[in-house]
Amino acid sequence: MKLTPPARSAVHHPHAHDSALKHATGAARYIDDMAEPRGCLHTALVTSRWAHARLTGIDASRALELPGVHAVVTAADIPGENDVGAIVPGEPLLAEGVVEYVGHPVAAVAARDLETARRAAALVEVTAEPLTPVLDLREAVEKAHYVLPPSEFLRGKPGPALADAPHRIRGEIMVGGQDHFYLETQAALALPQEDQDMLVHSGTQHPTEVQHLVARLLGVDMNAVTVEVRRMGGAFGGKESQATIIAGIAAVLARVTGRPVKCRLDRDTDMMVTGKRHDFLLTWDVGVDDDGRVQAVEMTLAARCGWSVDLSPGVVSRALSHADNAYFYPHVKLTGLFCKTNTQSNTAFRGFGGPQGMMAAEAMMDQIARTLNLDPLEVRRRNFYGPEGRNLTPYHQPVEHFRLPEMLDEVLASSDYAARRKAVDAFNAKGGVLRKGLAVSPVKFGVSFNKPEMNQAGALLHVYTDGSVSLNHGGTEMGQGLFTKVAQVVAAVFGLDLDRIRPTATTTGKVPNTSPTAASSGTDLNGMAARIAAETIRDRMADVAAEHLGAEKSAVVFERNMVRAGNKSVPFGELAELCHVARVSLSSTGFYRTPKIHFDRTTNRGRPFFYFAHGLAVSEVAIDTLTGEWKPLRTDILHDVGASLNPAVDKGQIEGGFVQGLGWLTMEELVWDKDGVLKTHAPSTYKIPTARDVPRDLRVDLLADAPNEEATVFRSKAVGEPPFMLAISVWLALRDAVASCGPAGHVPKLDAPATPERILMAVQAAKDTA
Amino acid sequence: MALTLNMTVNGKARKVTVESNALLSDVLRVNLGLTGTHVGCDTSQCGACTVHVDGVSVKSCTMLAAQADGATITTIEGLAAPDGTLHPMQAAFKEHHGLQCGFCTPGMVMSAVDLARCEPNASEEQIREWLEGNICRCTGYHNIVKAVKTGLTDMQSGGKVAAE
Ligand code: FES
Ligand code: FES
Repeated sequence: MKLTPPARSAVHHPHAHDSALKHATGAARYIDDMAEPRGCLHTALVTSRWAHARLTGIDASRALELPGVHAVVTAADIPGENDVGAIVPGEPLLAEGVVEYVGHPVAAVAARDLETARRAAALVEVTAEPLTPVLDLREAVEKAHYVLPPSEFLRGKPGPALADAPHRIRGEIMVGGQDHFYLETQAALALPQEDQDMLVHSGTQHPTEVQHLVARLLGVDMNAVTVEVRRMGGAFGGKESQATIIAGIAAVLARVTGRPVKCRLDRDTDMMVTGKRHDFLLTWDVGVDDDGRVQAVEMTLAARCGWSVDLSPGVVSRALSHADNAYFYPHVKLTGLFCKTNTQSNTAFRGFGGPQGMMAAEAMMDQIARTLNLDPLEVRRRNFYGPEGRNLTPYHQPVEHFRLPEMLDEVLASSDYAARRKAVDAFNAKGGVLRKGLAVSPVKFGVSFNKPEMNQAGALLHVYTDGSVSLNHGGTEMGQGLFTKVAQVVAAVFGLDLDRIRPTATTTGKVPNTSPTAASSGTDLNGMAARIAAETIRDRMADVAAEHLGAEKSAVVFERNMVRAGNKSVPFGELAELCHVARVSLSSTGFYRTPKIHFDRTTNRGRPFFYFAHGLAVSEVAIDTLTGEWKPLRTDILHDVGASLNPAVDKGQIEGGFVQGLGWLTMEELVWDKDGVLKTHAPSTYKIPTARDVPRDLRVDLLADAPNEEATVFRSKAVGEPPFMLAISVWLALRDAVASCGPAGHVPKLDAPATPERILMAVQAAKDTA
Repeated sequence: MALTLNMTVNGKARKVTVESNALLSDVLRVNLGLTGTHVGCDTSQCGACTVHVDGVSVKSCTMLAAQADGATITTIEGLAAPDGTLHPMQAAFKEHHGLQCGFCTPGMVMSAVDLARCEPNASEEQIREWLEGNICRCTGYHNIVKAVKTGLTDMQSGGKVAAE
């Protein structure tokens, strides 16, 4: 007799990524790896040389003479509507009348190979009359040059409360943008089908939006367009709305030529054309008591949206809803500005404005503490959200199940904070060239899309008669392990080994009308939808099993690949076959919508978030006061992922998110020249963290025994974005080190990214104050 | 001008006729269908396209295919044993979760295998230094460094049995 081996538990277990073997052997296919269909054409873009100009002519005649060129399309050739606006209309795929940034796509070429396409693109002559651009964020703020009117969060009476406060402190910082630098650049492959149908393989986090906008561009119904994505080589928000540009160009060229068309951007084009993280100018006016407790605060968060709206309403809303971070503001007014500049249209990026909002809170806390000569850690603790009376956010949602106070005690103990604080102070007191800094920063991140209607998801599940399971849902895999986690959920429901569940490529043909895989909500939403589908099928199978095993339905359990009742059992696969014979459906959809949430966008009040994820980081750094160079020495992280579905995947998200945040705040610098040309459009000039730039000593712990109080899938919490902001601790540690060069009460002037150059200037300023 | 090149790729003799300006990465990916070699930056910065040419790691996106005429080339597809047994470095990346989106993984693995040739007992610092030419945007490198450490050790002990 063969004993069934004990199944490893499906959830709460560190299973490997579902594609790990394929990744390690090079067998995983990304869009550019797919076998090219017969006659496939390749694409090159013609983009604007001007930051702002009126187009006077596009002459493609020389390009079209080149052998191998099949088409050059401009706005006039788009069969349907030339609009890919994600939230508000008015964002053309190809520029019409005016160009609004350097890199703005004006025309696209399809040719038999990439080289021919590139040569042809260089032969397209574009003429224009330059207009005056607005390139600088401050200039846009001063001129009130906006893409949308300002937005405001208000609670209490900040004006009078500010006037009454014992201390009033004003401050500002600039926080830079960030290129996503997903390692796989944007790509799409469009394949014309029968009738007017179009199949698009798109590297997108939002297949439904690509479907919707491709249909609009082609002037067909949505049912004529299918969008599919198996995996992306990283996305981080950059393939949410921006993927539509690439898919749209491929689809239009495919329609015009009647051939399959591939569009893969090379790195430089990708960085020149696509939007990035919004840079922000953050200013505040805060009133505090002698202990550093906030009485009232007014903040302005000015975002560089770039030339168009794109997803900026969501980004600014999330920035505003995270400008409190973990702190209670008794009276508060937060204003968000949607600044228009003639640069790339900024877009979603991990955290979606949340990180920039939190930077305002953390920079302000640091300034309060240093101005009043208080310990920054104490000031943070004193301002934490508390019980009723101190638990209302600026958007009027009470903070429930706030875990940071206990987590803070835990991480201070595990990181040996008190002793290290003394050691750092003693080291700095020696007054040497090297200085150290130590800082703690908390993260409280709201989970759910800020827009309630986006919090829904669907899944489609089939059990085959051999007991194998095919899983599909609206979420996309970009490396974050979503497919693995959702498969774990399904395996747990059926009591099957994980390898019995086959995650399949996301496609609009199977699960329709989906939300993007974003806002960290991929597992919360799709995991729940898949679970509901699996439970529906399990319930039907349990009826058949009860009859087959001669037991009550309530006695039927699904475990270890078997279905049992009492001491009788049947293998899962056999039961599936029995269900088929009994004409019981083994296929189901699942649909989930997040409960409890609501938000009024006119008053900016409500409960936008189902729950909060929490995290804390303690970081230590050393700086060289003569060069501004620095090193991250150690970081301790304690992060709250509820009851982790997969601790290995979750820790990977924390480590990767933290390092990406560290890049944003310390080394990744976007530089545009005076004509609006992005000069940092390749990794040669845009510095991505490498293995040498990260703390050698990185200790990551998941908060233990901490199931989500809200009924999420197996009581887990979202993890994609929250850890990104743990890197603020590094930036604060750098400020701490700089502060040691100045007199007591000195507040370092350090914008982000804190490059060696900026650190050196801040050190100099501190010394000059002394 | 078209050239005919002969090379041994993953143990097999291959003949390709390509333009003189063809890049090695394109020849591997397009002409030979070895798409495990990825192109992330096209300009020798990210390391996703790393392969071995005569046993030495090379960024194939900036090497002309013509320069590899007569050479012996190993790509990620040629690393595992013919029966599918993973190379110890591949097994270590899988085991230690040294991958997320996986786009950097083939280049990382190929680069790490070459480290074993140069510095079989590399310290953590040497591993980090060696990997400077390989960018990973997802993992934060923590698990990659762990994987490389394990991979180096396992390569010396003749490889762990890691049949899949
Ligand atoms: S693609 Fe060759 S190094 Fe990036
Ligand atoms: S795993 Fe995505 S770039 Fe390394």
